[in-house]
Amino acid sequence: MRRKAQQQYDVVIVGSGAAGGMCAYVLACSGVRVLMLEAGRDYDPVTETPMFQLPSDAPLRGVGTREKPFGFYDATVDGGWEVPGEPYSSAEGSEFRWWRARMLGGRTNHWGRISLRNGPYDFKPYSRDGLGFDWPMSYEDVAPYYDKTEALIGVFGSNEGLENTPDSPPGILQEPPAPRANEMLVRRAGDELGIPVVPSHIAILTRPQDADRLSRFLWPGNPTAQRVTAESMRSRAACFYATPCGRGCSIKANFQSPTVVLPPALATGNLDIVTDAMVREVTVDASGRATGVHYIDKRTRLEEHAGARVVVVAASACESARILLNSKSSIFPDGIANGTGLVGKYLMDTVGASVSGQIPAMENMPPHNADGASAMHLYSPWWLYQEQARGQLDFARGYHIELGGGRRMPGFGTFSGLERYTGGSYGQQFKEDCRRYYGSFVNFAGRGEMIPNEDCYCEIDPDQVDQWGIPTLRFHWKWSEHEENQARHMQHTFADIIEAMGGRVTSTIREDGADAIAPGGEIIHEVGGAIMGDDPRRSVLNQFCQSWEVDNLFVTDGAPFVSNADKNPTLSIMAIAWRASDYIVEQLNAGRL
Amino acid sequence: MDRRQALKVMAIAAAVPSLTSCAPTDAGDDVVVAPAAANPKAAGTAWDPDLLAPVIPWERTLTSDELETLATLCDIIIPADERSPGASQLGAHDFIDEWVSAPYARNERDQVTVRGGLVWLDGESAGRFGEGSRFRELDAAQQRAICDDIRSVADAPSGLEAGARFFDRVRDLTAAAFWTTREGMQDLGYVGNVPLARWDPPPPEVLRHLGLE
Ligand SMILES: Cc1cc2nc3c(=O)[nH]c(=O)nc-3n(C[C@H](O)[C@H](O)[C@H](O)COP(=O)(O)OP(=O)(O)OC[C@H]3O[C@@H](n4cnc5c(N)ncnc54)[C@H](O)[C@@H]3O)c2cc1C
Ligand code: SF4
Repeated sequence: MRRKAQQQYDVVIVGSGAAGGMCAYVLACSGVRVLMLEAGRDYDPVTETPMFQLPSDAPLRGVGTREKPFGFYDATVDGGWEVPGEPYSSAEGSEFRWWRARMLGGRTNHWGRISLRNGPYDFKPYSRDGLGFDWPMSYEDVAPYYDKTEALIGVFGSNEGLENTPDSPPGILQEPPAPRANEMLVRRAGDELGIPVVPSHIAILTRPQDADRLSRFLWPGNPTAQRVTAESMRSRAACFYATPCGRGCSIKANFQSPTVVLPPALATGNLDIVTDAMVREVTVDASGRATGVHYIDKRTRLEEHAGARVVVVAASACESARILLNSKSSIFPDGIANGTGLVGKYLMDTVGASVSGQIPAMENMPPHNADGASAMHLYSPWWLYQEQARGQLDFARGYHIELGGGRRMPGFGTFSGLERYTGGSYGQQFKEDCRRYYGSFVNFAGRGEMIPNEDCYCEIDPDQVDQWGIPTLRFHWKWSEHEENQARHMQHTFADIIEAMGGRVTSTIREDGADAIAPGGEIIHEVGGAIMGDDPRRSVLNQFCQSWEVDNLFVTDGAPFVSNADKNPTLSIMAIAWRASDYIVEQLNAGRL
Repeated sequence: MDRRQALKVMAIAAAVPSLTSCAPTDAGDDVVVAPAAANPKAAGTAWDPDLLAPVIPWERTLTSDELETLATLCDIIIPADERSPGASQLGAHDFIDEWVSAPYARNERDQVTVRGGLVWLDGESAGRFGEGSRFRELDAAQQRAICDDIRSVADAPSGLEAGARFFDRVRDLTAAAFWTTREGMQDLGYVGNVPLARWDPPPPEVLRHLGLE
């Protein structure tokens, strides 16, 4: 995809992932002329996805390598924990891992599709426990955009009426698939332990979308937007319950920006996309208004400029902070929109800890298809709100539990380490042991809320530029006791569940939460770095993702987040980006931008 | 990858969805796989390989003699029975060659383990059953006598720890190779990876098995 940027655009968007894709869709559908610049290559899930290939069709049985860390078939191009020629660093004493992808659609091509709404508490955490910050808007302000986002991208799930775990209005969620056998066993254990185990919310279609109804709901009074949206919805098939979503989906059943939001945006005729365009900085005029961006054309390695009336930075939280910090001028010597010095500050990730187990009841299960919709069908939302309010927990904020295991497609590591159970069998006995133990393993991953702190931030590394000559990021990271204690609590909960299932824990349970917790960044839910707020002295952006200092500059990805609820961030990124895009349209129409 | 491997390979013309191994030349400073054949958008580098027509860009290192012994060992670990063939028939020894030849630190470590282990195995055979005895030429009872002693890292007799670690590694790699093939999956009763018109709850016999009725 490569149309030359010739005209003057209303809006230039940096990045084509969840945030950039959503902004492009909403703006283009609203009649705004948009140029999207994407650092990665053009990418088409319809033609490029290896759907049914077996591990034995891939090098090294498809196992992860430095260049393909999540496996050969994982839909990550030019990325992973490293991007070739684009380094980053961690300050001494800090560990931060940063997952990136350089492709159209960014990380929406291989994300887990878990799509949970933040609840009312999650927008006002400071008011509840005095930690961190409140958001400048409430759940009620964002709820209509959650409705729209879920309706557009297609999310399966159920309404359970649980505390701080919002229901969606009727007609929005798709029907969840029936649970797998191992998930039913977990649910029974959860019943015993008082842990809710309910249908997960995943951005996968289990039915064809009701294109006419949904497009009218999304775009009342806008026939063009209705047409492109309905056409796009009709081109998507429902999940056929095979093939791992992490490879992408050639039938467009799951959410990927290049199959769900970019095609209708392009169909309006209002969107041009230039790939292989690595943005370095936002440019400003003498009055300090943004005029566009400088980018490196990666094919020629030459610098180009793209002008627009409005600049939307949506390059993913840390990349966006990096672009702002690198946008230095005499008016903005410390980077654009950074008069407060807050750009790059209050980075957050998710608290992650996991435990695996072996369940004798699941040995020798009768063969049956357990692929399902790739992702988990059931999960556990956070359930200890009351205990926490009574002061019975030694940490603030909650976590949800993600379930895995059972009779999934055998992979490289499915039988490694079996010696632990077999006493070292080989020969016919080993063959029978493999049959017996196959599918009897389960794992539990906790995903919990981190509270923003002063010690977690990124800054420009004075000693390093990337291969495009752009200064790179250096990360600082420190967990607080809240996160570490939470990680320990997770591990004990998971051990309890495994024991209630009659199983044995196969992981080491760490008594020190600092050992249980995954390194910063590893859960790949990094947000913050350009926080929003009500007060221009204490925030970078207002509630519409608009810079306080430069009113035609917006940051619409995870960077504006002021808290990082246990709910995986991407659904909220998209809902908040849609809300910001509506505001941009309104301001453009009112002649204020 | 620890060492910057300078591997650059010839273009693979045919867009076959099977693995092709190709000879490296000397130029380049990164692993370059092949100009994408099935997927013209892919750069064909290790960071952006053609997923639809994978190639293995490194050369195999094991000798035919090593492979022969390895094949024997793979079949001792996973022999043929009425449900599926033996491991070597599904190419487990070739996979181990592919694995230990790969330019990544863990694979390089495994190369030392496997090659060293194969030498050790023949040495152990000669020590127990007479000079010149090769493991692959021993009779089944003799082979079992050695394998029984190295079957478990935890219980390895003193002096045989390295042999047990070698055996354990080959067992894991053989299992990885074997069960990830179509035949291996069939044997296990993995019946997924087929498109379904609808998704049903687990069948009654599964619920019965789990006591979930
Ligand atoms: C394996 C995995 C599983 C995940 N699972 C989940 C999940 O289940 N649920 C969930 O909510 N989240 C999940 N996430 C996180 C999710 O992927 C991200 O939150 C989401 O993609 C963020 O969207 P974004 O638009 O901010 O960034 P991205 O999707 O990363 O897109 C940013 C784009 O901007 C481009 N870009 C960057 N810098 C520049 C520049 N200077 N110039 C031009 N373009 C640039 C990038 O190349 C990229 O294409 C997962 C992530 C991974 C990796
Ligand atoms: S599981 Fe369903 S949604 Fe996921 S890739 Fe396969 S068909 Fe697509």
